[in-house]
Amino acid sequence: MRSIVSVRRALALVLVVPLVLVGGCSSPSDDATDKTDRVSLEISDAWVKATDEKMSAAFASIENDTDSDITIVSVSSPVSDEVQLHETVTHADHSSAMQEVKAGFTIKADHDLELEPGGNHIMLMNLTKPLLPGEDVTFTLTFKDGTTQDFTARVKEFSGANESYDHGEKKH
Amino acid sequence: MNRMTMAKRNTDEQFVSRRRLLTTGAALGVGAAVGVGVDRTVNASPDVVTSTHGATTIPFYGKHQAGIETEPAAHATFIAFNLNDDVDRPALIRLMRLVTDSASRLTQGQPALADTEAGLARNPSRLTVTFGFGPGFVARAKGIAPSWLAPLPPFSIDKLEERWNGGDLLLQVSADDPVSVSHTVRVLTKDARSFASIHWRQDGFRHAPGTLKPGTTMRNLFGQVDGTVNPEPGSKDFAQVVWANKGWWADGTSLVLRRIAMNLDTWDPVSRVGREEAIGRRLDTGAPLTGTAEHDVPDLDAKDHQGLTVIAEYAHIRRSQTGDAAEVIFRRPYNYDLAPEGVESSASGLLFASYQADVTKQFVPIQRRLDELDMLNEWTTPIGSAVFVIPPGCRKGGYIGETLLEV
Repeated sequence: MRSIVSVRRALALVLVVPLVLVGGCSSPSDDATDKTDRVSLEISDAWVKATDEKMSAAFASIENDTDSDITIVSVSSPVSDEVQLHETVTHADHSSAMQEVKAGFTIKADHDLELEPGGNHIMLMNLTKPLLPGEDVTFTLTFKDGTTQDFTARVKEFSGANESYDHGEKKH
Repeated sequence: MNRMTMAKRNTDEQFVSRRRLLTTGAALGVGAAVGVGVDRTVNASPDVVTSTHGATTIPFYGKHQAGIETEPAAHATFIAFNLNDDVDRPALIRLMRLVTDSASRLTQGQPALADTEAGLARNPSRLTVTFGFGPGFVARAKGIAPSWLAPLPPFSIDKLEERWNGGDLLLQVSADDPVSVSHTVRVLTKDARSFASIHWRQDGFRHAPGTLKPGTTMRNLFGQVDGTVNPEPGSKDFAQVVWANKGWWADGTSLVLRRIAMNLDTWDPVSRVGREEAIGRRLDTGAPLTGTAEHDVPDLDAKDHQGLTVIAEYAHIRRSQTGDAAEVIFRRPYNYDLAPEGVESSASGLLFASYQADVTKQFVPIQRRLDELDMLNEWTTPIGSAVFVIPPGCRKGGYIGETLLEV
Protein backbone atom coordinates (compact mmCIF):
# COMPACT_ATOMS: atom_id res chain seq x y z
CA MET A 1 0.00 0.00 0.00
CA ARG A 2 1.62 3.21 -1.11
CA SER A 3 -0.47 5.79 0.57
CA ILE A 4 1.61 8.86 0.06
CA VAL A 5 2.43 8.66 -3.59
CA SER A 6 1.48 12.26 -4.20
CA VAL A 7 3.81 13.43 -1.45
CA ARG A 8 6.56 11.35 -2.94
CA ARG A 9 6.02 12.81 -6.38
CA ALA A 10 5.94 16.34 -5.04
CA LEU A 11 9.05 15.66 -3.03
CA ALA A 12 10.91 14.33 -6.05
CA LEU A 13 10.34 17.65 -7.75
CA VAL A 14 11.43 19.65 -4.73
CA LEU A 15 14.59 17.67 -4.29
CA VAL A 16 15.77 18.47 -7.78
CA VAL A 17 16.18 22.12 -6.89
CA PRO A 18 18.85 21.95 -4.15
CA LEU A 19 20.80 19.47 -6.22
CA VAL A 20 21.03 21.98 -9.01
CA LEU A 21 21.86 24.84 -6.66
CA VAL A 22 24.56 23.12 -4.64
CA GLY A 23 26.09 21.37 -7.62
CA GLY A 24 28.53 18.76 -6.34
CA CYS A 25 26.91 18.29 -2.97
CA SER A 26 24.88 15.18 -3.68
CA SER A 27 23.05 14.92 -0.43
CA PRO A 28 20.56 17.55 0.72
CA SER A 29 20.76 15.95 4.15
CA ASP A 30 24.37 17.08 4.42
CA ASP A 31 23.19 20.63 4.39
CA ALA A 32 23.73 21.64 8.00
CA THR A 33 21.41 24.60 7.69
CA ASP A 34 18.47 22.35 6.91
CA LYS A 35 17.57 20.92 10.28
CA THR A 36 13.82 21.11 9.81
CA ASP A 37 11.86 17.90 9.78
CA ARG A 38 11.01 16.77 6.32
CA VAL A 39 9.55 13.67 4.77
CA SER A 40 12.39 11.96 3.03
CA LEU A 41 11.44 8.30 3.10
CA GLU A 42 8.27 6.64 2.02
CA ILE A 43 7.20 4.37 4.86
CA SER A 44 4.35 1.96 4.35
CA ASP A 45 2.87 -1.23 5.78
CA ALA A 46 4.15 -0.40 9.26
CA TRP A 47 3.07 -2.67 12.07
CA VAL A 48 4.20 -3.68 15.52
CA LYS A 49 3.71 -6.93 17.37
CA ALA A 50 1.06 -6.92 20.12
CA THR A 51 2.32 -7.86 23.56
CA ASP A 52 1.63 -7.40 27.25
CA GLU A 53 5.25 -8.09 28.09
CA LYS A 54 8.31 -5.88 28.03
CA MET A 55 9.57 -6.25 24.48
CA SER A 56 8.24 -6.10 20.97
CA ALA A 57 9.35 -5.42 17.41
CA ALA A 58 8.17 -3.17 14.60
CA PHE A 59 8.28 -3.71 10.87
CA ALA A 60 7.72 -1.63 7.75
CA SER A 61 8.62 -1.09 4.13
CA ILE A 62 10.88 1.92 3.78
CA GLU A 63 11.68 3.38 0.39
CA ASN A 64 14.39 5.89 -0.30
CA ASP A 65 13.20 7.59 -3.45
CA THR A 66 15.77 10.32 -3.22
CA ASP A 67 19.08 10.52 -5.04
CA SER A 68 21.01 10.42 -1.75
CA ASP A 69 21.90 7.74 0.73
CA ILE A 70 19.97 8.14 3.98
CA THR A 71 21.13 6.77 7.32
CA ILE A 72 18.69 6.08 10.13
CA VAL A 73 20.77 6.44 13.28
CA SER A 74 18.08 5.98 15.90
CA VAL A 75 14.40 5.41 16.53
CA SER A 76 12.21 6.47 19.40
CA SER A 77 8.63 5.82 20.46
CA PRO A 78 6.48 7.02 23.35
CA VAL A 79 5.68 3.41 24.30
CA SER A 80 9.28 2.38 24.91
CA ASP A 81 12.21 3.58 26.99
CA GLU A 82 14.69 2.15 24.57
CA VAL A 83 14.31 1.46 20.87
CA GLN A 84 17.06 -0.25 18.91
CA LEU A 85 17.76 -1.05 15.30
CA HIS A 86 18.32 -4.77 14.89
CA GLU A 87 19.60 -7.04 12.19
CA THR A 88 19.34 -10.81 12.03
CA VAL A 89 22.59 -12.63 11.27
CA THR A 90 22.87 -16.24 10.22
CA HIS A 91 25.74 -18.32 11.56
CA ALA A 92 27.63 -21.11 9.82
CA ASP A 93 25.52 -23.70 11.64
CA HIS A 94 22.40 -22.07 10.11
CA SER A 95 21.26 -20.73 13.44
CA SER A 96 20.46 -17.06 13.48
CA ALA A 97 20.57 -14.33 16.06
CA MET A 98 19.45 -10.77 16.35
CA GLN A 99 21.87 -8.03 17.23
CA GLU A 100 21.85 -4.30 17.46
CA VAL A 101 23.16 -2.31 14.51
CA LYS A 102 24.95 0.49 16.33
CA ALA A 103 25.80 2.39 13.16
CA GLY A 104 22.19 2.41 12.07
CA PHE A 105 20.66 1.47 8.73
CA THR A 106 21.90 3.20 5.62
CA ILE A 107 19.45 3.06 2.74
CA LYS A 108 21.15 3.75 -0.56
CA ALA A 109 19.61 6.22 -2.95
CA ASP A 110 16.69 4.70 -4.84
CA HIS A 111 16.67 1.57 -2.69
CA ASP A 112 14.35 -0.03 -0.18
CA LEU A 113 14.73 -1.28 3.34
CA GLU A 114 12.37 -4.05 4.28
CA LEU A 115 11.90 -4.44 8.02
CA GLU A 116 10.35 -7.86 8.44
CA PRO A 117 10.07 -10.77 10.88
CA GLY A 118 13.24 -12.84 10.67
CA GLY A 119 15.16 -9.93 9.19
CA ASN A 120 15.99 -6.35 10.01
CA HIS A 121 13.59 -4.80 12.46
CA ILE A 122 13.01 -2.12 15.05
CA MET A 123 13.30 -3.52 18.57
CA LEU A 124 11.30 -2.04 21.44
CA MET A 125 12.70 -2.61 24.92
CA ASN A 126 11.16 -1.75 28.29
CA LEU A 127 7.67 -1.11 26.97
CA THR A 128 5.83 1.37 29.13
CA LYS A 129 2.41 -0.16 28.39
CA PRO A 130 0.86 -3.24 26.79
CA LEU A 131 0.51 -2.99 23.01
CA LEU A 132 -3.10 -3.89 22.24
CA PRO A 133 -4.13 -5.23 18.81
CA GLY A 134 -5.61 -2.46 16.66
CA GLU A 135 -3.85 0.40 18.46
CA ASP A 136 -1.54 2.78 16.62
CA VAL A 137 1.99 3.43 17.84
CA THR A 138 4.04 6.43 16.74
CA PHE A 139 7.71 6.11 15.90
CA THR A 140 10.26 8.82 15.18
CA LEU A 141 13.23 8.09 12.98
CA THR A 142 16.30 10.26 13.46
CA PHE A 143 18.66 10.61 10.53
CA LYS A 144 22.39 11.20 10.47
CA ASP A 145 21.89 14.91 9.82
CA GLY A 146 19.70 15.24 12.90
CA THR A 147 16.41 15.58 11.03
CA THR A 148 13.53 13.34 11.96
CA GLN A 149 10.53 11.66 10.40
CA ASP A 150 7.49 10.21 12.16
CA PHE A 151 5.43 7.22 11.15
CA THR A 152 2.57 5.29 12.65
CA ALA A 153 2.44 1.52 13.00
CA ARG A 154 -0.64 -0.59 13.61
CA VAL A 155 -0.45 -3.12 16.43
CA LYS A 156 -1.11 -6.64 15.17
CA GLU A 157 -1.32 -9.96 16.96
CA PHE A 158 1.50 -12.05 15.54
CA SER A 159 2.82 -15.49 16.36
CA GLY A 160 4.79 -16.00 13.16
CA ALA A 161 8.46 -16.74 12.56
CA ASN A 162 8.72 -18.38 15.97
CA GLU A 163 10.22 -15.23 17.38
CA SER A 164 10.01 -13.82 20.84
CA TYR A 165 12.33 -10.87 20.28
CA ASP A 166 14.32 -11.47 23.41
CA HIS A 167 17.86 -10.23 23.83
CA GLY A 168 20.31 -12.20 21.71
CA GLU A 169 17.98 -15.14 21.44
CA LYS A 170 19.05 -17.84 19.05
CA LYS A 171 16.57 -19.54 16.84
CA HIS A 172 16.60 -22.09 14.09
CA MET B 1 5.06 -4.43 -1.28
CA ASN B 2 6.27 -7.95 -1.46
CA ARG B 3 8.40 -9.32 1.28
CA MET B 4 10.91 -11.26 -0.74
CA THR B 5 14.29 -11.72 0.79
CA MET B 6 17.24 -9.98 -0.73
CA ALA B 7 18.70 -13.27 -1.94
CA LYS B 8 15.53 -14.17 -3.75
CA ARG B 9 15.23 -10.78 -5.34
CA ASN B 10 18.78 -10.75 -6.58
CA THR B 11 18.54 -14.13 -8.24
CA ASP B 12 15.17 -13.62 -9.84
CA GLU B 13 15.27 -11.52 -12.96
CA GLN B 14 11.60 -10.69 -12.58
CA PHE B 15 12.50 -8.61 -9.59
CA VAL B 16 15.24 -6.58 -11.15
CA SER B 17 14.01 -3.06 -11.47
CA ARG B 18 14.28 -1.11 -14.65
CA ARG B 19 16.09 1.52 -12.71
CA ARG B 20 18.69 -0.94 -11.61
CA LEU B 21 19.35 -1.94 -15.19
CA LEU B 22 19.91 1.71 -15.98
CA THR B 23 22.12 2.31 -12.98
CA THR B 24 24.00 -0.93 -12.59
CA GLY B 25 27.06 0.79 -11.25
CA ALA B 26 25.18 2.45 -8.45
CA ALA B 27 23.64 -0.81 -7.36
CA LEU B 28 26.83 -2.83 -7.19
CA GLY B 29 28.11 -3.75 -3.77
CA VAL B 30 24.85 -3.04 -2.05
CA GLY B 31 24.54 -6.54 -0.71
CA ALA B 32 27.83 -6.14 1.12
CA ALA B 33 26.50 -3.31 3.28
CA VAL B 34 24.77 -4.05 6.57
CA GLY B 35 22.12 -6.00 4.77
CA VAL B 36 19.95 -3.10 3.82
CA GLY B 37 19.28 -1.32 0.61
CA VAL B 38 17.35 -3.87 -1.37
CA ASP B 39 16.49 -3.07 -4.95
CA ARG B 40 12.96 -1.94 -5.41
CA THR B 41 10.62 -4.13 -7.40
CA VAL B 42 8.67 -2.74 -10.29
CA ASN B 43 6.24 -5.58 -10.58
CA ALA B 44 4.50 -5.93 -7.25
CA SER B 45 2.50 -8.98 -8.25
CA PRO B 46 4.67 -11.23 -10.37
CA ASP B 47 2.39 -14.23 -9.98
CA VAL B 48 -0.55 -12.65 -11.76
CA VAL B 49 -1.01 -13.69 -15.35
CA THR B 50 -3.20 -11.18 -17.13
CA SER B 51 -5.15 -13.75 -19.11
CA THR B 52 -6.76 -15.18 -15.99
CA HIS B 53 -9.29 -13.49 -13.73
CA GLY B 54 -7.32 -13.94 -10.51
CA ALA B 55 -6.26 -10.30 -10.53
CA THR B 56 -9.80 -8.97 -10.90
CA THR B 57 -10.70 -6.75 -7.97
CA ILE B 58 -13.88 -5.22 -6.57
CA PRO B 59 -13.45 -1.82 -4.86
CA PHE B 60 -13.51 -2.07 -1.07
CA TYR B 61 -14.27 1.52 -0.15
CA GLY B 62 -17.60 3.09 -0.98
CA LYS B 63 -20.97 4.27 0.25
CA HIS B 64 -22.19 0.69 0.58
CA GLN B 65 -20.20 -2.36 1.55
CA ALA B 66 -19.27 -4.61 -1.35
CA GLY B 67 -20.58 -8.15 -1.59
CA ILE B 68 -24.27 -7.35 -1.77
CA GLU B 69 -24.93 -5.45 -4.98
CA THR B 70 -21.88 -7.23 -6.41
CA GLU B 71 -22.46 -10.04 -8.95
CA PRO B 72 -22.21 -13.07 -6.65
CA ALA B 73 -18.84 -14.79 -6.70
CA ALA B 74 -18.55 -18.56 -6.90
CA HIS B 75 -17.53 -19.19 -3.30
CA ALA B 76 -18.67 -17.64 -0.05
CA THR B 77 -17.87 -18.21 3.57
CA PHE B 78 -20.11 -16.77 6.25
CA ILE B 79 -18.44 -16.78 9.64
CA ALA B 80 -19.93 -15.55 12.91
CA PHE B 81 -17.98 -14.62 16.03
CA ASN B 82 -19.12 -14.16 19.61
CA LEU B 83 -17.37 -11.34 21.44
CA ASN B 84 -15.29 -12.09 24.51
CA ASP B 85 -16.81 -10.81 27.76
CA ASP B 86 -14.14 -8.17 28.28
CA VAL B 87 -14.54 -6.52 24.87
CA ASP B 88 -15.81 -2.99 25.33
CA ARG B 89 -16.47 -0.17 22.92
CA PRO B 90 -12.81 0.92 22.55
CA ALA B 91 -11.91 -2.70 21.86
CA LEU B 92 -14.63 -2.90 19.20
CA ILE B 93 -13.06 0.12 17.52
CA ARG B 94 -9.66 -1.56 17.54
CA LEU B 95 -11.19 -4.77 16.18
CA MET B 96 -13.03 -3.06 13.35
CA ARG B 97 -9.98 -1.00 12.40
CA LEU B 98 -7.94 -4.18 12.15
CA VAL B 99 -10.36 -6.19 10.06
CA THR B 100 -11.21 -3.22 7.85
CA ASP B 101 -7.53 -2.66 7.14
CA SER B 102 -6.93 -6.31 6.30
CA ALA B 103 -10.03 -6.50 4.10
CA SER B 104 -9.12 -3.30 2.27
CA ARG B 105 -5.72 -4.72 1.37
CA LEU B 106 -6.69 -8.31 0.58
CA THR B 107 -9.60 -7.33 -1.68
CA GLN B 108 -7.13 -5.31 -3.75
CA GLY B 109 -4.66 -8.18 -4.07
CA GLN B 110 -2.25 -6.89 -1.42
CA PRO B 111 -1.14 -8.93 1.59
CA ALA B 112 -2.53 -7.85 4.94
CA LEU B 113 -0.16 -6.37 7.49
CA ALA B 114 1.73 -9.24 9.16
CA ASP B 115 0.41 -11.60 6.50
CA THR B 116 2.35 -14.81 7.03
CA GLU B 117 1.08 -16.27 3.73
CA ALA B 118 1.47 -13.21 1.56
CA GLY B 119 1.69 -15.32 -1.59
CA LEU B 120 -1.95 -16.30 -1.17
CA ALA B 121 -3.05 -12.67 -1.37
CA ARG B 122 -2.03 -11.97 -4.94
CA ASN B 123 -5.08 -13.39 -6.70
CA PRO B 124 -8.15 -11.89 -5.07
CA SER B 125 -10.51 -13.10 -7.84
CA ARG B 126 -13.28 -10.58 -7.16
CA LEU B 127 -12.81 -10.96 -3.42
CA THR B 128 -15.26 -9.05 -1.26
CA VAL B 129 -15.52 -8.86 2.53
CA THR B 130 -18.80 -7.74 4.08
CA PHE B 131 -19.17 -7.09 7.81
CA GLY B 132 -22.36 -7.44 9.84
CA PHE B 133 -23.25 -6.86 13.48
CA GLY B 134 -25.59 -9.00 15.55
CA PRO B 135 -27.63 -7.69 18.49
CA GLY B 136 -24.77 -8.48 20.88
CA PHE B 137 -22.31 -6.28 19.00
CA VAL B 138 -24.61 -3.26 18.93
CA ALA B 139 -25.41 -3.71 22.63
CA ARG B 140 -21.70 -3.89 23.47
CA ALA B 141 -21.18 -0.69 21.48
CA LYS B 142 -23.99 0.85 23.53
CA GLY B 143 -25.60 1.84 20.26
CA ILE B 144 -29.19 2.11 19.15
CA ALA B 145 -30.24 -1.11 17.47
CA PRO B 146 -32.61 -1.18 14.51
CA SER B 147 -36.02 -2.40 15.73
CA TRP B 148 -35.70 -5.51 13.58
CA LEU B 149 -32.28 -6.57 14.89
CA ALA B 150 -33.33 -9.68 16.81
CA PRO B 151 -33.85 -13.37 16.16
CA LEU B 152 -36.72 -13.97 13.73
CA PRO B 153 -40.07 -14.96 15.28
CA PRO B 154 -40.43 -18.74 15.53
CA PHE B 155 -41.85 -20.59 12.53
CA SER B 156 -43.53 -24.01 12.64
CA ILE B 157 -41.23 -25.39 9.95
CA ASP B 158 -38.06 -24.46 11.88
CA LYS B 159 -35.84 -27.06 13.42
CA LEU B 160 -33.13 -24.63 14.40
CA GLU B 161 -29.88 -25.84 15.88
CA GLU B 162 -28.08 -23.48 18.22
CA ARG B 163 -24.78 -24.15 16.44
CA TRP B 164 -26.09 -22.27 13.36
CA ASN B 165 -27.98 -19.47 15.11
CA GLY B 166 -27.13 -15.87 15.86
CA GLY B 167 -23.67 -14.41 16.40
CA ASP B 168 -22.23 -11.03 17.37
CA LEU B 169 -20.00 -10.27 14.38
CA LEU B 170 -20.48 -11.60 10.87
CA LEU B 171 -17.90 -11.79 8.11
CA GLN B 172 -19.10 -12.63 4.64
CA VAL B 173 -16.09 -13.44 2.49
CA SER B 174 -16.61 -14.29 -1.12
CA ALA B 175 -14.50 -14.69 -4.25
CA ASP B 176 -14.36 -16.68 -7.45
CA ASP B 177 -11.30 -18.51 -6.12
CA PRO B 178 -11.70 -20.66 -2.98
CA VAL B 179 -8.02 -20.17 -2.08
CA SER B 180 -8.61 -16.43 -1.91
CA VAL B 181 -11.60 -17.01 0.38
CA SER B 182 -9.65 -19.39 2.59
CA HIS B 183 -6.69 -17.05 3.04
CA THR B 184 -8.91 -14.07 3.75
CA VAL B 185 -10.95 -15.96 6.32
CA ARG B 186 -7.70 -17.03 7.98
CA VAL B 187 -6.26 -13.52 8.12
CA LEU B 188 -9.49 -11.99 9.43
CA THR B 189 -9.89 -14.75 11.99
CA LYS B 190 -6.38 -14.04 13.28
CA ASP B 191 -7.30 -10.35 13.52
CA ALA B 192 -10.46 -11.19 15.45
CA ARG B 193 -9.27 -13.98 17.71
CA SER B 194 -8.06 -11.84 20.58
CA PHE B 195 -11.50 -10.19 20.69
CA ALA B 196 -13.89 -12.99 19.88
CA SER B 197 -14.32 -16.70 19.23
CA ILE B 198 -15.85 -18.45 16.24
CA HIS B 199 -19.50 -19.35 16.80
CA TRP B 200 -20.22 -20.89 13.41
CA ARG B 201 -18.86 -21.00 9.92
CA GLN B 202 -20.88 -21.78 6.81
CA ASP B 203 -19.27 -22.36 3.42
CA GLY B 204 -21.25 -22.12 0.20
CA PHE B 205 -20.74 -22.33 -3.51
CA ARG B 206 -22.33 -21.45 -6.80
CA HIS B 207 -21.35 -22.29 -10.35
CA ALA B 208 -17.67 -21.76 -11.02
CA PRO B 209 -16.71 -18.61 -12.95
CA GLY B 210 -16.86 -19.13 -16.69
CA THR B 211 -19.44 -21.91 -16.39
CA LEU B 212 -22.45 -19.76 -17.22
CA LYS B 213 -22.94 -16.37 -18.82
CA PRO B 214 -22.76 -13.58 -16.22
CA GLY B 215 -26.18 -12.78 -14.80
CA THR B 216 -27.51 -16.31 -15.24
CA THR B 217 -29.71 -17.34 -12.32
CA MET B 218 -28.03 -20.06 -10.28
CA ARG B 219 -29.41 -23.53 -9.68
CA ASN B 220 -29.79 -25.02 -6.24
CA LEU B 221 -29.05 -28.68 -5.51
CA PHE B 222 -32.71 -29.64 -6.16
CA GLY B 223 -31.90 -28.64 -9.73
CA GLN B 224 -34.18 -25.62 -9.57
CA VAL B 225 -33.36 -22.29 -11.12
CA ASP B 226 -33.21 -20.34 -7.86
CA GLY B 227 -33.51 -16.57 -7.58
CA THR B 228 -35.40 -15.52 -10.71
CA VAL B 229 -37.53 -12.86 -9.06
CA ASN B 230 -34.99 -10.51 -7.52
CA PRO B 231 -34.38 -6.76 -7.67
CA GLU B 232 -31.85 -5.91 -10.36
CA PRO B 233 -28.51 -4.75 -8.88
CA GLY B 234 -27.89 -1.15 -9.86
CA SER B 235 -31.59 -0.36 -10.21
CA LYS B 236 -33.71 2.07 -8.21
CA ASP B 237 -35.80 -0.91 -7.23
CA PHE B 238 -32.75 -2.56 -5.70
CA ALA B 239 -31.79 0.56 -3.76
CA GLN B 240 -35.30 0.84 -2.36
CA VAL B 241 -35.50 -2.80 -1.32
CA VAL B 242 -32.00 -3.12 0.11
CA TRP B 243 -30.43 0.10 1.37
CA ALA B 244 -31.59 1.54 4.67
CA ASN B 245 -32.13 5.30 4.85
CA LYS B 246 -32.08 6.05 8.54
CA GLY B 247 -29.98 5.61 11.65
CA TRP B 248 -26.27 4.89 11.81
CA TRP B 249 -26.94 1.98 9.45
CA ALA B 250 -28.19 4.25 6.64
CA ASP B 251 -26.68 3.05 3.33
CA GLY B 252 -26.32 -0.31 5.01
CA THR B 253 -28.90 -3.06 5.14
CA SER B 254 -29.80 -6.25 6.97
CA LEU B 255 -28.77 -9.82 6.35
CA VAL B 256 -30.99 -12.74 7.25
CA LEU B 257 -29.01 -15.93 6.88
CA ARG B 258 -31.12 -19.06 7.02
CA ARG B 259 -29.44 -22.43 6.79
CA ILE B 260 -31.91 -24.62 4.93
CA ALA B 261 -31.32 -28.36 4.83
CA MET B 262 -32.56 -29.87 1.56
CA ASN B 263 -33.39 -33.54 1.79
CA LEU B 264 -32.11 -34.96 -1.48
CA ASP B 265 -33.02 -38.46 -0.31
CA THR B 266 -36.75 -37.73 -0.08
CA TRP B 267 -36.63 -35.43 -3.12
CA ASP B 268 -35.30 -38.32 -5.24
CA PRO B 269 -38.61 -40.20 -5.66
CA VAL B 270 -40.57 -37.09 -6.65
CA SER B 271 -41.52 -37.10 -10.33
CA ARG B 272 -40.69 -34.25 -12.64
CA VAL B 273 -44.34 -33.15 -12.64
CA GLY B 274 -44.42 -33.26 -8.87
CA ARG B 275 -41.21 -31.24 -8.64
CA GLU B 276 -42.43 -28.61 -11.09
CA GLU B 277 -45.79 -28.28 -9.35
CA ALA B 278 -44.10 -27.86 -5.99
CA ILE B 279 -42.23 -24.82 -7.16
CA GLY B 280 -44.55 -23.64 -9.97
CA ARG B 281 -41.70 -23.47 -12.49
CA ARG B 282 -40.24 -25.73 -15.14
CA LEU B 283 -37.06 -27.48 -14.13
CA ASP B 284 -35.32 -27.03 -17.49
CA THR B 285 -35.81 -23.32 -18.15
CA GLY B 286 -37.04 -22.01 -14.83
CA ALA B 287 -40.07 -20.57 -16.68
CA PRO B 288 -43.32 -20.37 -14.71
CA LEU B 289 -45.70 -23.19 -15.59
CA THR B 290 -47.86 -20.57 -17.32
CA GLY B 291 -45.00 -19.23 -19.47
CA THR B 292 -42.15 -20.19 -21.72
CA ALA B 293 -39.18 -18.12 -20.53
CA GLU B 294 -37.58 -17.77 -17.10
CA HIS B 295 -38.54 -14.16 -16.58
CA ASP B 296 -42.15 -14.46 -17.81
CA VAL B 297 -44.52 -13.17 -15.17
CA PRO B 298 -46.43 -16.09 -13.62
CA ASP B 299 -50.16 -16.05 -14.37
CA LEU B 300 -51.50 -17.05 -10.98
CA ASP B 301 -55.11 -17.08 -12.26
CA ALA B 302 -54.57 -19.35 -15.27
CA LYS B 303 -56.64 -22.57 -15.08
CA ASP B 304 -56.07 -25.93 -16.71
CA HIS B 305 -58.77 -27.96 -18.53
CA GLN B 306 -59.95 -29.36 -15.20
CA GLY B 307 -60.52 -25.87 -13.86
CA LEU B 308 -57.57 -26.03 -11.43
CA THR B 309 -55.02 -23.25 -11.28
CA VAL B 310 -51.96 -24.13 -13.37
CA ILE B 311 -49.76 -22.84 -10.61
CA ALA B 312 -50.96 -24.79 -7.59
CA GLU B 313 -52.23 -23.20 -4.39
CA TYR B 314 -49.26 -24.72 -2.58
CA ALA B 315 -46.65 -23.80 -5.22
CA HIS B 316 -43.62 -21.99 -3.84
CA ILE B 317 -43.79 -19.08 -6.30
CA ARG B 318 -47.46 -18.40 -5.44
CA ARG B 319 -46.86 -18.56 -1.71
CA SER B 320 -43.77 -16.35 -1.77
CA GLN B 321 -45.69 -13.46 -3.34
CA THR B 322 -47.52 -11.48 -0.70
CA GLY B 323 -49.12 -9.05 -3.13
CA ASP B 324 -47.63 -6.12 -1.21
CA ALA B 325 -45.00 -4.22 -3.19
CA ALA B 326 -43.20 -3.32 0.06
CA GLU B 327 -42.71 -6.99 0.95
CA VAL B 328 -39.77 -7.73 -1.32
CA ILE B 329 -36.30 -9.02 -0.45
CA PHE B 330 -33.01 -9.44 -2.31
CA ARG B 331 -31.80 -13.04 -2.28
CA ARG B 332 -28.20 -14.09 -2.80
CA PRO B 333 -28.13 -17.78 -1.91
CA TYR B 334 -25.25 -20.27 -1.93
CA ASN B 335 -25.38 -24.06 -2.03
CA TYR B 336 -23.73 -26.23 0.57
CA ASP B 337 -22.88 -29.90 0.27
CA LEU B 338 -21.19 -31.57 3.20
CA ALA B 339 -20.08 -35.10 3.99
CA PRO B 340 -23.20 -37.01 5.08
CA GLU B 341 -23.34 -38.51 8.55
CA GLY B 342 -25.15 -41.62 9.76
CA VAL B 343 -27.61 -43.30 7.41
CA GLU B 344 -28.22 -40.30 5.16
CA SER B 345 -26.63 -40.27 1.74
CA SER B 346 -26.54 -36.49 1.48
CA ALA B 347 -26.08 -33.44 3.70
CA SER B 348 -26.91 -30.67 1.29
CA GLY B 349 -28.78 -27.45 1.40
CA LEU B 350 -28.89 -23.76 0.84
CA LEU B 351 -27.38 -20.80 2.65
CA PHE B 352 -30.35 -18.56 2.08
CA ALA B 353 -28.87 -15.06 2.33
CA SER B 354 -31.49 -12.35 2.12
CA TYR B 355 -30.84 -8.59 2.23
CA GLN B 356 -33.50 -6.00 2.90
CA ALA B 357 -33.74 -2.55 4.46
CA ASP B 358 -36.17 -3.77 7.13
CA VAL B 359 -36.41 -7.39 8.25
CA THR B 360 -39.76 -7.04 10.01
CA LYS B 361 -41.51 -5.27 7.15
CA GLN B 362 -39.98 -7.18 4.24
CA PHE B 363 -38.65 -10.59 5.21
CA VAL B 364 -40.97 -11.74 7.97
CA PRO B 365 -44.30 -11.45 6.04
CA ILE B 366 -42.92 -13.59 3.22
CA GLN B 367 -41.56 -16.18 5.63
CA ARG B 368 -44.93 -16.27 7.43
CA ARG B 369 -46.73 -17.15 4.19
CA LEU B 370 -44.20 -19.85 3.36
CA ASP B 371 -44.50 -21.20 6.90
CA GLU B 372 -48.28 -21.49 6.50
CA LEU B 373 -48.14 -23.27 3.16
CA ASP B 374 -45.38 -24.11 0.71
CA MET B 375 -45.04 -27.52 -0.92
CA LEU B 376 -41.25 -27.17 -0.77
CA ASN B 377 -41.46 -27.40 3.03
CA GLU B 378 -41.94 -31.13 2.43
CA TRP B 379 -38.27 -31.45 1.55
CA THR B 380 -36.64 -28.42 3.12
CA THR B 381 -35.95 -27.62 6.79
CA PRO B 382 -34.53 -24.39 8.22
CA ILE B 383 -31.85 -25.50 10.68
CA GLY B 384 -30.10 -22.19 11.31
CA SER B 385 -31.15 -18.56 11.49
CA ALA B 386 -29.26 -15.35 12.11
CA VAL B 387 -30.01 -11.66 11.65
CA PHE B 388 -27.34 -8.98 11.25
CA VAL B 389 -27.29 -5.28 10.55
CA ILE B 390 -24.88 -4.54 7.72
CA PRO B 391 -23.32 -1.13 8.36
CA PRO B 392 -22.62 1.25 5.49
CA GLY B 393 -19.30 1.25 3.67
CA CYS B 394 -16.46 3.55 4.58
CA ARG B 395 -13.88 5.81 2.96
CA LYS B 396 -10.16 5.20 2.86
CA GLY B 397 -8.80 6.00 6.29
CA GLY B 398 -12.10 5.10 7.94
CA TYR B 399 -13.38 1.75 9.12
CA ILE B 400 -16.54 -0.30 8.88
CA GLY B 401 -18.78 0.41 11.86
CA GLU B 402 -17.51 3.94 12.52
CA THR B 403 -21.03 5.36 12.24
CA LEU B 404 -21.96 3.17 15.23
CA LEU B 405 -18.73 3.39 17.19
CA GLU B 406 -17.66 7.01 16.70
CA VAL B 407 -20.70 8.70 18.23
